[in-house]
Amino acid sequence: MTVLLEARNVTKIFGSSGLIKKKETVALEDLSLFITQNPSSITGVAGESGSGKTTLARLLLGFIAPTRGVVLYKGRDIQKMSRDEKLEFRREVQVVFQDPYEVYNPFYKVDHALITPLRKFHLAKSKTEAFNLIEGALEAIGLHPSETIGRYPHQLSGGQCQRIMVARALLLKPRVIIADEPVSMVDASLRATILKSLRKINKDFGISILYISHDLTTTYQISDNIIVLYQGFVVEAGDVELVIKNPQHPYTKLLVSSIPLPDPDKKWEQERTLVVDQSSIKENHGCKFEDRCPYAMSMCRKNLPPLYQTDRYRAVRCFLYKDSPAIPGDAIGEVFVRKE
Amino acid sequence: MNTFEKNLKGATAYFRNNPKLIGGVSIILALVLFWLIGSLIVSPARAQPISGLPDQPPSLKYLLGTDSNGRDLLAVIIVGTGLTLRIGFLAGAIGLGIAIALGFLSGYYGGFLDTIIRGVVDVLLTIPALAVLVVIAAMISGVITLNLMIIIVASLSWMLPTRTIRAQVLTMREKAYIPMAKISGMKNLEIIIKELIPNLLPYLAAGFVGATSAAVLATIGLEALGLGPQSLPTLGMTIFWAVSFSAMLRGMWWWWLPPVIIIAALFVGLFLLTAGLDEIANPKLRRVV
Amino acid sequence: MKDEVLRVINLRVYYHTSLGQLKAVDGVTFSINSGERFGLVGESGSGKSTLAFALMRLIKPPGYIEGGEVLLDGLDLVKISDDEIRNVRLAKIALVPQGAMNSLNPVIRIKDQIIDGMVDHVEDIPRNTLEKRVHDLLEKVGLKHEVSHKFPHELSGGMKQRVCLAIAISLNPKVIIADEPTSALDVVVQRQVMLTLDQMQKDLGVSVLLVGHDIGLMAQFVDRVGVMYAGKLVEVDSVKEALKEPLHPYTKLLITCPPSLDEKGEFKGIPGLPPLLLNPPSGCVFHPRCPQVMSRCSAEVPILNEISPGRFVACHLYNEVEI
Repeated sequence: MTVLLEARNVTKIFGSSGLIKKKETVALEDLSLFITQNPSSITGVAGESGSGKTTLARLLLGFIAPTRGVVLYKGRDIQKMSRDEKLEFRREVQVVFQDPYEVYNPFYKVDHALITPLRKFHLAKSKTEAFNLIEGALEAIGLHPSETIGRYPHQLSGGQCQRIMVARALLLKPRVIIADEPVSMVDASLRATILKSLRKINKDFGISILYISHDLTTTYQISDNIIVLYQGFVVEAGDVELVIKNPQHPYTKLLVSSIPLPDPDKKWEQERTLVVDQSSIKENHGCKFEDRCPYAMSMCRKNLPPLYQTDRYRAVRCFLYKDSPAIPGDAIGEVFVRKE
Repeated sequence: MNTFEKNLKGATAYFRNNPKLIGGVSIILALVLFWLIGSLIVSPARAQPISGLPDQPPSLKYLLGTDSNGRDLLAVIIVGTGLTLRIGFLAGAIGLGIAIALGFLSGYYGGFLDTIIRGVVDVLLTIPALAVLVVIAAMISGVITLNLMIIIVASLSWMLPTRTIRAQVLTMREKAYIPMAKISGMKNLEIIIKELIPNLLPYLAAGFVGATSAAVLATIGLEALGLGPQSLPTLGMTIFWAVSFSAMLRGMWWWWLPPVIIIAALFVGLFLLTAGLDEIANPKLRRVV
Repeated sequence: MKDEVLRVINLRVYYHTSLGQLKAVDGVTFSINSGERFGLVGESGSGKSTLAFALMRLIKPPGYIEGGEVLLDGLDLVKISDDEIRNVRLAKIALVPQGAMNSLNPVIRIKDQIIDGMVDHVEDIPRNTLEKRVHDLLEKVGLKHEVSHKFPHELSGGMKQRVCLAIAISLNPKVIIADEPTSALDVVVQRQVMLTLDQMQKDLGVSVLLVGHDIGLMAQFVDRVGVMYAGKLVEVDSVKEALKEPLHPYTKLLITCPPSLDEKGEFKGIPGLPPLLLNPPSGCVFHPRCPQVMSRCSAEVPILNEISPGRFVACHLYNEVEI
């Protein structure tokens, strides 16, 4: 098992020093996760806005540096890489972003988005070779080159644009793809095709995927393992079947029960007490979910629970499970299921 | 159809539906043609003093009469239009060049560089441009050549376009295709040239027109006060001479009226161009689906 | 019709573009009863948002209401004058548009924004009566009185959306149209907003037209649902029957496609691409993608028929063969 991309005890604090008061936002606190190759995996990261998942994506891609902790690729700190190492990192870690249209420069045809990386990474020696590679990648995703090459982004549907981005990711033969909300802006009927492509890439080419989303249903369907984030902390992690089908953390329970099920007989309950409007920043040093938690105990406000391993393949950050063994934050990989 | 052809086709489509743009371009084009064709028909030498008898009203020989120094006013207007256009557009181009460089540096890289550039621009903007120009022009004792005029005028026409370009760059920088370009391995300068500038062309065009308008205004303002290239028959200098020689009181309308008309036309043209470009840049103002 | 509060008859909204006519809404007929919750479900391009705007007569050129009637309280909203429709909007029929929370004026306090809407319709009401009404409205949407003094940026997304709901009910309209009210919100906040809407609807007895693309959300909230595809209404049913026994092939796909929590399985999509509204397919708009297509479908446009009480479908599978 080789570890490719790793976040080790990463903390990110955004500080804005006003003239009078220093206002800091802790976007992520002591988070560790890693993505492996051999076997390849699909890891889901689920969270709502404010959970830190966007910050996580930006840290893993090297767009921002962690305040504490380190992000490693193949064992090297990405903030300290040489130019060659950085180029290799950029090629091997690809991305699919949320907005299918904004990722394209509207001035150019979609070809531009595909040819540019081939050129910059020297993956093709001639224009013909480049187009052959592009056609191959498009067809592997199930797109017709004749319907996509030569078009402008606004001439294509959101689903097609997004699939071209997936094809682009495949084109560069990466080892890891970070998919940040890849289907949330795409029509329901087209989501399945994109998710299918991602799954296929993982199976056929052994490319590991980090799937970041606020949609638990698609995360459940595509991931092997899942990490649930709440306000910068990992609250639950492990085998996706366990975490979603039998959630243990009160927040995960709240998330799962809030999914609108297409069954009029299974309606939401009026659990209004669970939901509180967070228009003020909580300054406590304990569990961040405490003010909304129906099971909150006196120790929850002052102390941050560690991760308790409640199952072979599950860990929960909650004092309700304090009888289970505690594991350190960077051992989170232990609870991940590995495909053999 | 490659990108260039597509954009040309797109551009002509905008033209057809954009009367302001058509109007503006037509007027400016008309002025340029007036100058070029006029220079072929009427010898520019006649714009010099003592080309004919002084103070002549319009006649068949001198279609716009002559001024008190014997200049053929038709020749003067033709040559003057050319000179004023040249000063305006060259100064505008220089101003735009500075604006592009500073606007991109400031907007794209941000940080300390941005703070400095922004500070300088903001401070300079508060200084009344014409007052500074007057001081500079007056300090330069001796002959003001055409090129000096261009530089003087360009030096105060770059600030507002810098701010506009910086603002646009700040917006565009946040678009998802910029980080995408970085992930594709592009370096910053490459990103600016290949990814940002093509999308900013309407704003750059508007910046150019803005800089040119400011330059023309400044040059005419200075010249009308006499602080211009004295030996050249620019439109502004012509007005200066007309005022100095009390042309209005003497009823010599053929002296002061033609330059005023040309200047008015030039400004209307520049204004329409700006409004037309505004429509292109701001989709909400467009009338077409 | 007894108890009917809104009746839409053969409504058509076309966009006139340089490339031709875009039939965004093409002959839609349905009705909503008093106190009923009706869901309009469809994907992007189905015309559902255009329909919502058309009901408020907010369609701007190059879009035009080409024909049809929208009957509310005896008035045909399509035909009344500009002045009359201005009186009707907010007072009788209110819209919470998509992304409404982003259209709150950032420099005006919440209470003033709510009052602004009311003041256009009611004259000579003293200020403190209006302010008391604002507090009542905020209570109805589950917000504290303090919110009235705040500015939009001080509120979270869910709170802002509930303020928009408060504005919508401020004049006790008969119908509220909510166009994707929760699309930008997290799943927990979405639940809170929808439960607020639920409570509000029960308290006031107002009819609600919920426009959206999420079948799950429809199942949780509406009584009846209408399915739109490429500008046409293809099925109208009670939501229970639509989910248990969908009639139209598109409805069937719409229900089975989206990934569910039941078990991990194959990802299923709807084959083909959404149709070009500029040049829609002949006959039934859905026929190129229909798994049960027949030869008749490419030639004849199916009509929305009531095949059993309360169940409408536009599909040749349910038409008797003409003699």
